[in-house]
Parts: sequence; C-alpha cells; structure tokens
Amino acid sequence: MPGNDLVLHEEEFTRIRDVISRLRTECNAKVVFLVDKNGQQIAAIGELTSIDTTALASLAAGNVAATDSLARLIGEKEFSVLFHEGERDNLHISVVGGRVILVVIFDERSSLGLVRLRVKKGSTELAAILDVMLKKSAAPRKAAAGGSPFAEITDEDIDKLFSD
Amino acid sequence: MTFINYAAREINCKIVYYGPGLGGKTTNIKFVYEKTNPTAKGKLISLATETDRTLFFDFLPLDLGEIRGFRTRFHLYTVPGQVFYDASRKLILKGVDGVVFVADSQAARMEANLESLRNLDLNLKEQGYDLRTIPYVLQLNKRDLPSALPAEEMKRQLVRKGEPVFEAVASKGTGVFETLKTIAKMVLIELRKGR
Repeated sequence: MPGNDLVLHEEEFTRIRDVISRLRTECNAKVVFLVDKNGQQIAAIGELTSIDTTALASLAAGNVAATDSLARLIGEKEFSVLFHEGERDNLHISVVGGRVILVVIFDERSSLGLVRLRVKKGSTELAAILDVMLKKSAAPRKAAAGGSPFAEITDEDIDKLFSD
Repeated sequence: MTFINYAAREINCKIVYYGPGLGGKTTNIKFVYEKTNPTAKGKLISLATETDRTLFFDFLPLDLGEIRGFRTRFHLYTVPGQVFYDASRKLILKGVDGVVFVADSQAARMEANLESLRNLDLNLKEQGYDLRTIPYVLQLNKRDLPSALPAEEMKRQLVRKGEPVFEAVASKGTGVFETLKTIAKMVLIELRKGR
C-alpha cells in the first residue's frame, strides 16, 4: 500500500491549531482550515457554525486535485495557489508542503494581498510541523505514544458498529 | 490511507464505489443516505451533470459510532463511470482504503463491467495499490432486470480473488447495506493489522 496511514497526535494538533489561529488573527479572516490532500479535515479555526466542514474538506481536496491535473496537462508542476472571489466571501486555497491544503475564507475586512503575505509565512511553519507529523506517521504504530489502540480491536467491537 | 486523529479521537476511512457508467454507484450511496439516521450522516454532495450523470464524484460522510473510544467515520465516494472520465477516477482513488465494484447484471453490459474492472486494476496500480490486497467487495447490481445474467456466470467472469460478492437491487435497497457493512468491516480489520 502506498505511504502510511496519516496519524495526527495531540502535540502536532496543538501546534497546528496555534499556527492557524494566529494566521486567522493576522489575516483578519473568517475561517482558516487545514485539509489533507485526500479530503480529510485536519484542523479548523473561526466562524465554523454556518459551514459544513466535512463537505468543505472533500470539495477543497477535489478542487486541488483537479487543478493539479490541469497544471500537469499544460506542463506546469502545480498551481500552488487558488483564489475564488465571491460577492461577500472569498476563498484562498494553497498547498502546503506538497501534502496538505490550507484554506482561508475572508471578507471585506481583509484583502487578498494581506492573506497571501500571511499565508506564505504561516505555510513555512505548518510545513515544519507536517514534516514531524509525517515522520511519526511513518514510524511503526506501536512506537507512538500510548501504543496502538487498534491492534486490540475485536470482531465484537466491529460488529457492534453495525448492530442496528 | 486511513487518517487517525488522536487529538480529536477519530478514525477516518475512505471507501470508493467503482464500476461502469449507469451501473448504480450513485444509487447505492443515495440509498445509504436516505436510510441513515440524520445524526450519523453528513450532506450528500453530487458533482453531476444536468442529466444527473456523475461528473466528478458523489460524496457521503457517515459516522458509524465509537470503537475503542475513537469515532469511526467513513467517507463514501463514487467515481464517474463513463469511460472518458478516467482522469477524474484516478484522482478519486487517491488515499482509498476500500473499493466496492458495482457491476451491472444486464447481459449487454458485461463487456462494460470487464472494461471498468481492468481500468480499476490499472488505476489502483498507478496509485501504488494492488487489487489483490486492498479491501474489495463485488456487488452484482440490477438483479431484478429480466436481461440479468445468471449470478454464477457473472462471478465466473468478474471475481478476482475470492472477494465477498453481493447480489443487489440498489434502486430498492436490496444488498446495499450488506455491501457497505462488509467493506467497512474489511477496512477496519486491515486497520487492526497495522503495519
């Protein structure tokens, strides 16, 4: 199977949240969101109550995947930034460390220039944390703090999920 | 590629429904959506053409409950079945944990089933997966149609590795949850194995 499962531990999660939380303040953004390229949500900060974050994660990943393919079709390695402008809200999407997607939703209280500038700085920090996360994901799972809870899953546990 | 989030105590797995065009992949996940408790499902997203043909993918997030203190979430995707959407199919297979192949039982669609299965094998390989090792279930859909081939004949042509096979009528829901439960179990068993 290609690669390993992606494992996110408390320590990296806290660091990621700190970075995206600061990024949100610095950009004056409504929402800052981090998604794995496969569409799994990693972390989100901001005005989230009106947003379906699971759907947003899946669609952002689909969008980036399609755009990556478009880039290769015309001989580019990737389009590292996508920008969608709306009447009220705008979406800034960028790829961090080749592996995860950073989504910033902002309105007229911010500007594209400011978001671009801050995202660039934040991306470097996030890429460093992701490196650690990927290294930990690649390590045998039982070496992770607290051991793997999954080796102990019984058939009964699995059956219970489907009991109704 | 399962995403294990220790911070949120969640396991996220991705299941892809594959198969020839108009075979019933979208019908499968629409039925799952309709029959699932609102608290256990997210929004069903369909990126489809005006004539309801899948253009990019359908997406349905499901929450199956807790296992060893971890919320178990499955993301169901369908691919567009039409032959010329191959680029999109490749993208959707990225990070897949389990595959359901929805075959069309009509005799006239057997060639399309075989072509789609070859295409699945090839696209999985391109992503570094192997059909022989990935959790995989075969569903024979549209069993209610008069032109349906005998199930044994379909199995003879389509079974690749002794995978579980389910006969289904997705439009009526027959076999839909059996298929889903089986692939979900296989994915969790794979997770238990670790690496």
